[in-house]
Formats: sequence, C-alpha cells, structure tokens
Amino acid sequence: MSVSVQEADFDAGAEIAALSAGRDDVGAVASFTGLVRADKPADAGADARVGADAPPTVQAMTLEHYPGMTEKALEAIVDEARGRWDIYGVRVIHRVGRLVPGDRIVFVAVASAHRGEAFAACEFIMDYLKTRAPFWKKEETPQGGRWVDARESDDHAAGRWDAGK
Amino acid sequence: MNIKILFFAGLREALGTGSASLELPAGIATVGALRDHLAARGEAWTALATTKNLRSAVNQQMVGAEAAVKAGDEVAFFPPVTGG
Repeated sequence: MSVSVQEADFDAGAEIAALSAGRDDVGAVASFTGLVRADKPADAGADARVGADAPPTVQAMTLEHYPGMTEKALEAIVDEARGRWDIYGVRVIHRVGRLVPGDRIVFVAVASAHRGEAFAACEFIMDYLKTRAPFWKKEETPQGGRWVDARESDDHAAGRWDAGK
Repeated sequence: MNIKILFFAGLREALGTGSASLELPAGIATVGALRDHLAARGEAWTALATTKNLRSAVNQQMVGAEAAVKAGDEVAFFPPVTGG
C-alpha cells in the first residue's frame, strides 16, 4: 500500500525503514515530512509582535478531502513519478481531520538506487500533491475560521516539472 | 438516472450542503453548463459562479468546464486544492 489518507499519526522512521527492508538494491531513500505551522498573520502590519513574543495565529487546522478521488489522485501522481524515474518504492501518507501546530501532516518517501532519482521523485510528488490532490485546509485563528487560499508559488513549483516536456 | 453532485471546502460551507442529486436537465451536457444551471438557482447557489478559480471533477478525475457530463456521473465542484 503506497498511498494512505488517514487521521492517525505516522512513524516516519518506520516508514523509511520499510522501503528498504529485505532488499539490497536500495542505495537511497529520500523523504519529506510536512508539519502544521503556527504562522504569523501576513496582514498584522506594524502592530505585530515578532519572534518568541508573537502569538500563534493558527491554533489548529482541519483537513478536508474527497474520499475516493484523493486516493486515486495520489496513486496517479505516484504512477507518474514511477514513469519518470527508476524508483524502487514510494510511500505517501496524508493526514486528515483536526491537527495542531507541530503535528505531522504529510509524508513522502522514495527509495531508489541513487540519491538523484530519490530526491527528484520525492520533490516531484510533493509538488504535484500540492496542486492536484483534493485536500483543503481550514485554519482556526483568534479571528475565526478561514479556508487557506491556494498559492501561485505552488502552481509554479508543479509547473517546473513540465518544462521542456 | 440522476446525476450526483458533490461540493467541498468553502463552497460546501457557502451552499450549506456537501451533495445534491438531480435529474440532468435537457440541454445540459458539460460541467460548465451544469455549474451555470446550479448558479442560476440564485441565493447561496450563486457561490458556484463567484468562487474564484472553481475546480471540477467528473467521476473523480479533475476536468475543465468543457468536459462532458451524463446521467449517472459523479460531478464535484471545489475551490483550488490546498493540501500538503
């Protein structure tokens, strides 16, 4: 099972170990773990306290997804990565439900013979996940709930992989 | 046979429902036409017309407004995705 969408936390170390367990051809495992961050408000202006004094703006967030389509979209992204690079194993975990700052939210790991393919495929999967997998974040802040806006920089990051194709 | 329509995230909240089922009206053959048809119901449904960069899927595949819809399909409308 290379793709999981779940409420439960995950053990990144165990997932990484599993990708090379029982085989001797894996020379590289690259992984990415995304965490919930307590962002400062972008619009707080001059009144914003900074550094350790700054109040956490994002108190929690809730991840919504499209059951069925989300898993299919993640599997399609993994298939696309397998077509582009010679990779031996992939693990993608995305959590849903309510999470607080510091919680793990997403995990991608790729096993390959060499680091170049493992790094590239891992970053590719994250970039595509950001723009193609149906998840939505709603943040809880002192000012109330707000749906996170999609970022153009994420579209740009995903688009890089299409350049020259 | 009816068409099943799903809504997610901010759009779901604006509409006050996560799903709808209706008989596909005559002359509605694309995702874009279905969106316009629903938005024309007025009141909360206008969120389908006003949501910025609204995305759509047919049978769990991301598609554009020109994609065909037919009875029995599962159609979804949602804002741009923000996972990861």
